[in-house]
Amino acid sequence: MDMRRIISPIAPGVIRDLAVGDMVSLSGRIVTGRDRVHRYLASGGTPPIDLSGLVIYHCGPLVVEEGRHWKITAAGPTTSMREEPYEADVIERFRPGAIMGKGGMGENTLSALKDHGCVYLHVTGGAAQYIADRIVRVESVYLKDFGQPESMWVLTVQDLPALVTMDSHGGSLHGSIRRESLNRLNTLLDRRFDEGRRT
Amino acid sequence: MDGSRLQRSMYELIRRTCTEMPGDIIAALENACKEELPGSIAYETLNIIIKSISLSLENTLPVCQDTGALLAVIHSRPDEGFFLVEEAIVEAVRALTREGILRQNCVDPLTEKNTGDNTGDHVPQIHFEPAHGPTRVGIMLKGGGSENMSAQYSLPVTGISAGRDLDGVRRCILDAVHQAQGRGCAPGILGVCIGGDRASGYRLSKGQLFRNLQDLNPVPVLASLEETIVNQANELGIGPMGLGGKSTLLGCKICTAGRHPASYFVTVSYSCWATRRYQVELDEKGDIGRWI
Repeated sequence: MDMRRIISPIAPGVIRDLAVGDMVSLSGRIVTGRDRVHRYLASGGTPPIDLSGLVIYHCGPLVVEEGRHWKITAAGPTTSMREEPYEADVIERFRPGAIMGKGGMGENTLSALKDHGCVYLHVTGGAAQYIADRIVRVESVYLKDFGQPESMWVLTVQDLPALVTMDSHGGSLHGSIRRESLNRLNTLLDRRFDEGRRT
Repeated sequence: MDGSRLQRSMYELIRRTCTEMPGDIIAALENACKEELPGSIAYETLNIIIKSISLSLENTLPVCQDTGALLAVIHSRPDEGFFLVEEAIVEAVRALTREGILRQNCVDPLTEKNTGDNTGDHVPQIHFEPAHGPTRVGIMLKGGGSENMSAQYSLPVTGISAGRDLDGVRRCILDAVHQAQGRGCAPGILGVCIGGDRASGYRLSKGQLFRNLQDLNPVPVLASLEETIVNQANELGIGPMGLGGKSTLLGCKICTAGRHPASYFVTVSYSCWATRRYQVELDEKGDIGRWI
């Protein structure tokens, strides 16, 4: 597949140019944020760094801390859907360039992507070593009270492959897979399980 | 059994569970990859998964950053040896958390504080099953995202026309797979319990995830149902990580438990492709006698 190289913070023009199905290779500065960070930001909390144009990565990394030096030992994505109640608000107020995670998000986030110029990048769940391999530096960490996996880690990544699955024009791969699989489910439910006969 | 030997054994069992994917699951992922069209999203996703598994093995690092909520099952004679094994598991969990092999995955729900060492009320979860013969210990780590996709149905369920029969069971399981989409890290593995009560349904269905993907259910009708579920779920088109494709499930393992006449539960424990589980048999000294 053709890869398009993008740098975080992402320029608004680049974001609008991305469409569902595009493979991107991501480099630059990204921040992690999952349940606690989202709840904090959506309830009026101030982000410890300027998030505009940055990639917010739904990830609770495994980190070995040696004084002021950190080593990421595993860093795959977590399920993004849990942040659905907060994400639209976070996008509107802090204008990140992309949300990155796994499993996709819902209608509110999709509208916010469109209204404020943002995309959703999908990375492979569980591929924690493959992704950790592309993290070249841990810059800093904030909101440590939230616990190690839930802190905001500021990372530098190099050539991290991701797939655009929700774009800033209302397109969502997750929405179409859900609809198609529901049609197929209804067809399958019409069959009956006949004991002994394998289908 | 000797405490320090036991601790070494439990450390090795948990470390391996966390960093080495079981062979049967790797084989199933490789087969799934062959089924997908080269260059497709599904093919590339499975390729990344297979590469990541090799990296974790080479570097002795966790397969997934979500090292789960550790489940331990001890099968042994009900004597004091059980307490020694329990203690060894807790100490191994603490040590592996300090070393960054297990992520700090235990949060106190009242204070919202992470305990930092993977211990807390009822954590780690250790089940004891009295048994004859040598002591056996099983460890399972599965992602929290997949745990969230598990579901329990109380039949009949009208929306999916699931009556109190095996076809109703089939409908519930397919519905659970559809509801999960890619959010449980598909291609997933299902453990299912038909019957039991609310609590035993979840315990027994999760226990099914210890079974080797290649084994054949000794109850013919369940073997047939397992095969039907895998084939039909793979027709849903959900695919790896829910991005479309042929591989939605790697396996489905089903058991039964007696039910109260009023209750007919179908419990589905959804597990991610990164289902990490190993079992060992311990010798009399507490060393690992063999890997099961």
